[in-house]
Amino acid sequence: MVSIGVVWPSFPKEIRTLKDLPREELLAPGHRLCSGCGAAIVARMALKALRRPTIVVVPTGCLEVATTIYPYTSWRTPWIHVAFENAAAVASGIEAAWKILKKKGYRKEDIDVLVLGGDGGTFDIGMQALSGMLERFHDVVYICYDNEAYMNTGIQRSSATPPGAWTTTTPFGKVWPGKLERKKDLIGIAVAHGIPYAATISIAYPLDFIKKVRKALEVDGPAVLHAIAPCPRGWRFDPSETVEIARLAVETGFFPLYEVENGKLKINVRRTKPVEEYLKRQGRFRHLLERPEYRSFLEWIKKTIDEMWERLEKLEKAGVV
Amino acid sequence: MGKRLGLTGNEAVAYAVKQADVDVIAAYPITPQTVIVERLSEYVANGELDAAFVPVESEHSALSTVVGAAATGARVFTATCSQGLALMWEILYIASALRLPIVMSIAARALSAPINIHCDYSDVMGTRDAGWITLFAENVQEAYDNIVQAFRIAEDPEVLLPVMCVHDGFILSHCLEVVEVLEDEQVRNFLPRRDRPNVLDPSKPITLGPVGLPDSYMEFKRQQDEAMKVAYRKVKEVGKLFGELSGRYYDVVHAFGVEDADVVAVCMGSAAGTTRYVARKLREKGLKVGVLKIRMFRPFPKNEVRELLKGAKLVIAMDRATSLGGAGHPLQMELATTFYTWRQKPLIMSVVYGLGGRDLTPMDIERMFNIALEYAKKGEVPEEALWLGLRE
Repeated sequence: MVSIGVVWPSFPKEIRTLKDLPREELLAPGHRLCSGCGAAIVARMALKALRRPTIVVVPTGCLEVATTIYPYTSWRTPWIHVAFENAAAVASGIEAAWKILKKKGYRKEDIDVLVLGGDGGTFDIGMQALSGMLERFHDVVYICYDNEAYMNTGIQRSSATPPGAWTTTTPFGKVWPGKLERKKDLIGIAVAHGIPYAATISIAYPLDFIKKVRKALEVDGPAVLHAIAPCPRGWRFDPSETVEIARLAVETGFFPLYEVENGKLKINVRRTKPVEEYLKRQGRFRHLLERPEYRSFLEWIKKTIDEMWERLEKLEKAGVV
Repeated sequence: MGKRLGLTGNEAVAYAVKQADVDVIAAYPITPQTVIVERLSEYVANGELDAAFVPVESEHSALSTVVGAAATGARVFTATCSQGLALMWEILYIASALRLPIVMSIAARALSAPINIHCDYSDVMGTRDAGWITLFAENVQEAYDNIVQAFRIAEDPEVLLPVMCVHDGFILSHCLEVVEVLEDEQVRNFLPRRDRPNVLDPSKPITLGPVGLPDSYMEFKRQQDEAMKVAYRKVKEVGKLFGELSGRYYDVVHAFGVEDADVVAVCMGSAAGTTRYVARKLREKGLKVGVLKIRMFRPFPKNEVRELLKGAKLVIAMDRATSLGGAGHPLQMELATTFYTWRQKPLIMSVVYGLGGRDLTPMDIERMFNIALEYAKKGEVPEEALWLGLRE
């Protein structure tokens, strides 16, 4: 147990512009995340969107190990870490407990419950607990900060790693062009549970990001937000470029920004740049552009992105998911 | 005298949990524990128990959910056994290290493979080092009484540790007995609501479950060990208080005929009744045998074991689980350590019985005592365990 005291901000009722955001930081500086870490920006921005006191649950991962080294903590919210694969189950327990404690008169205030989990703890080892939480309809906001590999253990592939990406377990060589398989569709899986709100978010679009977090907090029932969280170490780019990379991911259509509200899909930002603009900026993809033997694989990657967009546009047009 | 009800072990556990007015229950069905979950959901469904029933998708999530709930200050309960307990294993250590007063019922069942739904303690013995207070019930009455006491022990401000209450799968979980239950009011008064420090509270934000590196990890573990020592004392205290309330006094062990016995069988759970029955018959014939039942397996009741067995020439360690390839079997190792670090060292004979629900008959026990008496006379014990009822 560690505590650095209470500094709840004056929670804004409504967020129209970035000027409405509270000045107070609920994620205190001094933590040990790498410079240019996308996950840190995701966490900081998400906390800016809170509407009332919130209990934060973080599964094992970069964000957890780098912000809570005893006797220090960066968290000014009530915060809990239990294990890697169970953040959604822990959050379920907190939400269920708070409701019944309020009903029985042991607690008075309303709270929100927020999970901030990496792609390992969400797409892979935590998927079962997440599915359970969504199906049981716990009123929890689950944000996945997706840095597209197991960064905490040193850049091993996850099911969120995009095809073609180099990781330490998907090296490129004579046989492999990097990761062979597609990225898992987290929002598709979340939406299939019939939840009221799911969306993708990027730290390069702060107002869109924060408004979506706020909407996720306000809906009645579970919400899933999928945030792209560029990792300078794992993606091989300069730490000063994190936000730019997060913007290029959206502009090139590699990571589309969209939301699904009560089964209706809306694309928030259209793609305007070729995928190569995104790939060439990162060491994890550069081999795809530089080596002719991977050209056909690159073409396949581009095809999968086109297919994803075709599907999203169809769904948007149809007005149902 | 309280109300008398006909209840199975599982029903008695559920009844006690209802009377404890728990806030959150998260559990996943597994034979032979399932009836506990069914009864509790009935209580919630018909309004007899005002609790959140979280129908989780696995045992791992069951314990994780009650960990989250307990971290907010709620009174929580879960139940499982066998594979379910094995699946929870990772979170067992975290629940105790976070100092959460969780109460969990175990309808003890063998671990796979081969898959087997019947009683042994291979599931519970796998949790020996997890930092949970562990109580064994001999019969359905004790299964009920242990649950009521468990909440009081776990939530004691000096303890704050999870408690595992074990009752034998099928032998007790499905056995119908007349049980004397307390009035709801009595249980409520016995289990007062207490404000707990270090919970997730917006008015006092804390970080629960931080990283503990080499400069702090050992101190955390030592604190848990100290809490276990306090728990040892508290289990005894609560057993006495419960006796004043119900007329049924509990200690951490229960002894029969040990005062003058040359051979004492040490056992846990439902085997104690049968073993005592046989010991009584043998004593009538003039054989000096006794029985020591271990009610509290964790923390291990070293003081009572030493004191009560100080006159015994030979102690039989009756293990309903094996430690494959180990220096001995689980209870045998506890007893060996208890005596090796003390001035008196009786002979310890290892007996393995009842694996996967293999019956333990009075005939088996009589044979066990007779063999033990022979060895006591010779002043030696066999190197290998005696596997009771094994077909060879």
